[in-house]
Amino acid sequence: MEIFQHILNALQFGSFYALIALGYTLVYGVLRLINFAHGDIFMVGAYIAFFVAVSLLGTGGLPLGTGMDPALTLALTVPVTMVLTSVVGVALERTMYRPLRRKGANRLYVVITALMAGLILENGNLALLGASRKRFPDLIEKVVWNLGGVSITNLKVIVIVAAILVFLLLEFIVTKTKIGMAMRGISYDKFAIPLMGIPLDTIIVFTFILGSGMAGLAGILFAMSYPILEPYMGALIGWKAFIAAVVGGIGDIRGAIVGGFLLGFIELGVVAVFPSTLRDLFAFSVLLGILWLRPTGIFGVAQTTKI
Amino acid sequence: MSLLEINGLTRRFGGLIAVNDFNIELGEHELVALIGPNGAGKTTVFNLISGFYQPSEGSIKLKGRDTKGLRPHQVTGLGVARTFQGIRLWGNMHVLDNIRIAQHYRLGYSLVDCFLRTKNYVHREKEIDRIAWELLEAMDLKDVAFELPRNLPYGVQRRVEIARAMSVKPSLLLLDEPAAGLNSADVEGLIKLVRWIYDNFPVTIWMIEHQMKVVMSLCSRIKVIDFGTTIADGGPEDIQKNPTVIKAYLGDDTI
Amino acid sequence: MQKKTVTIAVFAAIAVIVALAQFGVLSPYHVSVIMFMGVNVILATSLNLVNGYMGEFSCGHGGFMCVGAYVSSLCTVLMFSKNAILGAPLLPPSLALIGFPLALVVGSAFAAVAGLVVAIPSFKTRGDYLAIITLAANYIVISAINNMEIIGGPRGFMGMSATEVGMKSLVDIPWVLIFVLLGTLFTVWILRRFVSSTLGKGVPAICQDEIAAEIMSVDTNRMKLIAFMLSSGIAGLAGGLFAHILGYVNPQSFDIMRSTEIMVMVYLGGMGSLSGTALAAILFTLLMEALRFLDVWKWVVIPLLLILLMQFRPEGLMGSKELADLFPKLRKYYSFK
Repeated sequence: MEIFQHILNALQFGSFYALIALGYTLVYGVLRLINFAHGDIFMVGAYIAFFVAVSLLGTGGLPLGTGMDPALTLALTVPVTMVLTSVVGVALERTMYRPLRRKGANRLYVVITALMAGLILENGNLALLGASRKRFPDLIEKVVWNLGGVSITNLKVIVIVAAILVFLLLEFIVTKTKIGMAMRGISYDKFAIPLMGIPLDTIIVFTFILGSGMAGLAGILFAMSYPILEPYMGALIGWKAFIAAVVGGIGDIRGAIVGGFLLGFIELGVVAVFPSTLRDLFAFSVLLGILWLRPTGIFGVAQTTKI
Repeated sequence: MSLLEINGLTRRFGGLIAVNDFNIELGEHELVALIGPNGAGKTTVFNLISGFYQPSEGSIKLKGRDTKGLRPHQVTGLGVARTFQGIRLWGNMHVLDNIRIAQHYRLGYSLVDCFLRTKNYVHREKEIDRIAWELLEAMDLKDVAFELPRNLPYGVQRRVEIARAMSVKPSLLLLDEPAAGLNSADVEGLIKLVRWIYDNFPVTIWMIEHQMKVVMSLCSRIKVIDFGTTIADGGPEDIQKNPTVIKAYLGDDTI
Repeated sequence: MQKKTVTIAVFAAIAVIVALAQFGVLSPYHVSVIMFMGVNVILATSLNLVNGYMGEFSCGHGGFMCVGAYVSSLCTVLMFSKNAILGAPLLPPSLALIGFPLALVVGSAFAAVAGLVVAIPSFKTRGDYLAIITLAANYIVISAINNMEIIGGPRGFMGMSATEVGMKSLVDIPWVLIFVLLGTLFTVWILRRFVSSTLGKGVPAICQDEIAAEIMSVDTNRMKLIAFMLSSGIAGLAGGLFAHILGYVNPQSFDIMRSTEIMVMVYLGGMGSLSGTALAAILFTLLMEALRFLDVWKWVVIPLLLILLMQFRPEGLMGSKELADLFPKLRKYYSFK
């Protein structure tokens, strides 16, 4: 029975990786830009969720305190957080990435800018809010079901279901809608798309809204599952999710999901057998091994060059 | 012994047969053309010879040596140089460097020589420099030696690319559509250049070209392929009259 | 004679710095800043070979530095320090002057071999996928050391200061400073020789058009192997020097943050410019020290400055130009072979 417990935990952790990896993959798929700030956008999402929830609940001593019911608070926190987090993502795109893109700067400079943006978010948070950790309030009552020795909490189910729903939604948007078609078009040829009368910048902003919104959702779910928030919480999980996205095949939505869950399973698998300090070592080694064997990831297609 | 001997060369990409049972034998010092409609598989033949693709079937023998499994730089080392359909110069290094680098296979010094600047290193680099300058001089490129290729006119870039190929000291020079994108004055210059190279170097030139003017005025032998298969092979007059060739280019005359 | 001006000036500068440190004109703080400058120059110029000249995106340079730091530290501790696990020193302290450079060489060699982890996949893959491999390599090195209790694990490893004491017992001059300065000079010199040779120019050829390079007889795999191993090997040298400046290392000092810093220096200076990167490394070190008073805000202000710089000068300080391209008169004062 223990094995089912592990699988469940792996699925839950994989869901977080997958949700964040989706954001990386969306932006990369459209812009060929590794948005290294994405892990920190996730962290910002968790903090936004914290401030929204606390002010609605009226527990934080904030003047906005309304003393709202936890369930209603959750129902409001989710959309508000997702919207505000997307605003952060779009703000990065508008103020930093777009001007560089317009100047035709080397792609790597945009990546460095993204790295720097991530540092600003992390350290700005640390400088503004201090090093003390924040405790996220309980918004839903924890329910534990016991199925033949496997304890399933409602939170875990919500997380896993949310990841799968988000995946289905994004897959639908990208493959079935017109805007999704435009997104795929940009990834093939950024220069031809505006000539076809498609508003390039609108599509790119939409991509950032989707990606950051999902990071915001991941932030809330993570904060509810592990209610201690600190400024560097997004760094490691972000890097890992990014590697997961690449292992799955960056730019491919299925790849992000598969990579995320794969990473979840590898990590939990290692912890089940070895001391937990070896988790990162094994996880990264396995991922490196996968990339050695399949350099473009699981779903990635090698780009062929014509001469 | 012939310079190049290709037997039953076939290359498939998934279900597509790009080159089908291609045969040719080239001797020393010839000037040959490979023509055919777009998508006939001409560039694929060149890519197979340069080792950029491996053949699905058949063999390519250079001076009697099978090139199977060799990497492109090794094939070049055997004396095969080429130019590309779209110019592929190293755009951010000046012309002189472009020509120096193409001599990589006969550097003749090691990394340690490079670090320690040994006698051998100095001697070899001088030699490389000398060859590069000689070529630039001969091909009228001396004035642009320190220009970046991306700042040069298209016609000059073509010439630089041919000069770079010649710095390999090839016994087989493959020119992939050398006249593409050139204006008529440049085309005249190109014809002269190719003729000059042919007259002054012991090299077999094999070119893919669409401009019949270039092909007819230069080549003594023309091979025509369509859908990967050879449809004609012969002198310029024969090819011009060949009904299969006319059909491949113009379609059936039943309109 | 005129042609040797720059060479003489460089050695004179090294002598002056050492003398100033020796007679206490420079405070230990200033000396340590100078040493970190040197280490940063080594790191940035070596990464520039891969990220600038070859156009790859290696973001795990800290990992190779880490290998060099730990291996050379293990060597010197084994030779000259008393350690609970490694036992009594094997050699008398008077041999430290030979042992230390040897340890640095061994550390660099190990780091160069570690570079294979990235070099071999680079034959098949480029760009972002390779970037991830470097990133994963960085994490693997850090977590491997975190799990090696025998060398202190996450708590770090110490005992390297005995080497400096050993060297000073012979002649009392600031040896570590001398080694750092010489190491910096060596790095710039060797990289300059490499990238200016026809052999080394194969590296930018790969960056600008890999297919053309391979078809025009450049053995691209060999060039990649050389570039990655040279780059990581030199990073290992920087690691070895860094460890002996501090006398103490822990895995956290080589994590992704360190790699980011090195990348920043490369892009600040301009990809493909050796003198630009060296200059940027010096400026960056000074900036880090100058902004120390900002405390937690330091790491908000520095990224902000860099972002602004990239907006207004997207090619870095020098682009791909060298110092001598900007000041042609400089050429009169040195002859480069």
